[in-house]
Amino acid sequence: MSLLTVRDLRVVIDGLHILHGVELDVAATGVTALLGRNGAGKTTTVKAVMGLVPRTGAITFDGADITGLPTHRVVRRGIGYAPEDRGVFAHLSVAENLRLAERDPNPAYDLVFELFPELKQRHRQPAGTLSGGQQQMVAIARTLLNGNRLVIADEPTKGLAPKIVTEVADVLARAAASVPVLLVEQNLALVRRIAGRCAVLADGRTAHQGDAGALLADADAARRLLGVGTHHATPGGDSR
Amino acid sequence: MSTVVLLACTGLGLGALYFLVASGLSLVFGLMDVLNFAHGALLSVGAYAAWWAATDGHLGFWLAVAFGTVVGTAASVLLELVLIRPLYARPRDQILATVGVGLALPALLMGIWGSDARPFPQPAALSGTVDLLGATVPVNRFVLVAAALAVLLLLRLFLARTRYGLIVRAGVEDRAMVTALGIDVRRAFTLVFAIGGAAASLGGALAGLYFGSVNPSQGTGLLVFAFVVVVMGGTGSVTGAAVASVGVGLVQQFANYAAVPGLGAAGLGDLSVVVLLAVLLLVKPRGLTGRLA
Ligand SMILES: Nc1ncnc2c1ncn2[C@@H]1O[C@H](COP(=O)(O)OP(=O)(O)OP(=O)(O)O)[C@@H](O)[C@H]1O
Ligand SMILES: [Mg+2]
Repeated sequence: MSLLTVRDLRVVIDGLHILHGVELDVAATGVTALLGRNGAGKTTTVKAVMGLVPRTGAITFDGADITGLPTHRVVRRGIGYAPEDRGVFAHLSVAENLRLAERDPNPAYDLVFELFPELKQRHRQPAGTLSGGQQQMVAIARTLLNGNRLVIADEPTKGLAPKIVTEVADVLARAAASVPVLLVEQNLALVRRIAGRCAVLADGRTAHQGDAGALLADADAARRLLGVGTHHATPGGDSR
Repeated sequence: MSTVVLLACTGLGLGALYFLVASGLSLVFGLMDVLNFAHGALLSVGAYAAWWAATDGHLGFWLAVAFGTVVGTAASVLLELVLIRPLYARPRDQILATVGVGLALPALLMGIWGSDARPFPQPAALSGTVDLLGATVPVNRFVLVAAALAVLLLLRLFLARTRYGLIVRAGVEDRAMVTALGIDVRRAFTLVFAIGGAAASLGGALAGLYFGSVNPSQGTGLLVFAFVVVVMGGTGSVTGAAVASVGVGLVQQFANYAAVPGLGAAGLGDLSVVVLLAVLLLVKPRGLTGRLA
């Protein structure tokens, strides 16, 4: 039973064929990882789901076709999105960044401030003056403020210090207990720790879908699909 | 001394007029990346609507100004809904469409009321002068400055305190991310067009008071300087536009006073504005402020 299914997804930007037939099934529980080398098309796939790039194919969310919906209506179906570059508004305060994301009548500030007490202390600070890790917390907090049915996080640990990576991973693992997560991630140790299923993209196509643990345990398959040896990966480390 | 005071007050009045045009232009460009070449025509619509209401409509001055502002606001909203909105995916056509409206509206006004300037009825209370530090300054300068200050204050309150203001500030930074938070940013677009149209047409109605008359090309003439102000102030920045407006208005007036024979009456004033812009862009390539509010 998939919550989100993507069939034959194609994206053309400025005449460039970026995706040509992505297939993706996001499980209704836990973390589904979207993997692939740099430039494989992970971010474009996620943006296509969000309606941020022109796309064709079939995207189904909770049984309903959302392929043609504008971005704000995709989000209102219950999808929280933390983009690759974090998408934090630098000139707005932390509180304003969060307020902007409010959709529910009773946003879950208790949960957010329990997970990220720092954001409460810094709520008047311009988000542009936060560290990368703190900005990522704002980005994730925005997805947890509302009762979403799916959270999509695009490389939430990219460029973060190991200690912060662990912190973000803990939060994602905790969030995944109550809301399914689609996680784009290159940190395979983290994927191994929290992901159940995975899809692997290569050159704008789906090259593999299956159990994340099984893929990462198979050194040959992992090397072939992801171009990495997985045995060096340590939790919190960056395995790129 | 009295000349300096008079020039300063006149420059501030002109700067106020520039601000009323430029504030909306700046917000529209900052939020939507739309260069609205029809913005000056909205000023003319406001001016003619106010003039019509004050003459044929026999309304009092302030009611006529209010009428002009309402008509200009409606025209701006209509422009966004009918012409700009269907063309968001085609920015080049969008610019052409605004250029077209910017040319067509003044032509329409000219077709109906002719190309000659029409005297704008001056209410007795606002047509006098006041003595300020030895200078005799027309009251209408202060009316414009007061109107611009009120608009600046309201805009800042709107941006700082309301949800739509928050959406506009965020949208100036990253429009796509605003939609990715579940917000229909197009509503903010329409609202910003309404605000910009209101400020510009208020400026148009008060320009009738300032210049003593209205003519079809007034708006387009002011638009050029409003663009300069927007670039100087930093796109999307209301406060930057206010500072730049004052600078441009003052520099223009003082340069005109010092005008050299042979350059024409307004030659040096306009030239000095271009020089001011060039110098500023060399020193601060991104305008006075890189940001909003
Ligand atoms: N707007 C665009 N215009 C042109 N090419 C693009 C655009 N967006 C993405 N691409 C190209 O499409 C390919 C896929 O990009 P995408 O960002 O989806 O990859 P990714 O898997 O997320 O990579 P990374 O791991 O580096 O984040 C890349 O070759 C990229 O250069
Ligand atoms: Mg990416």
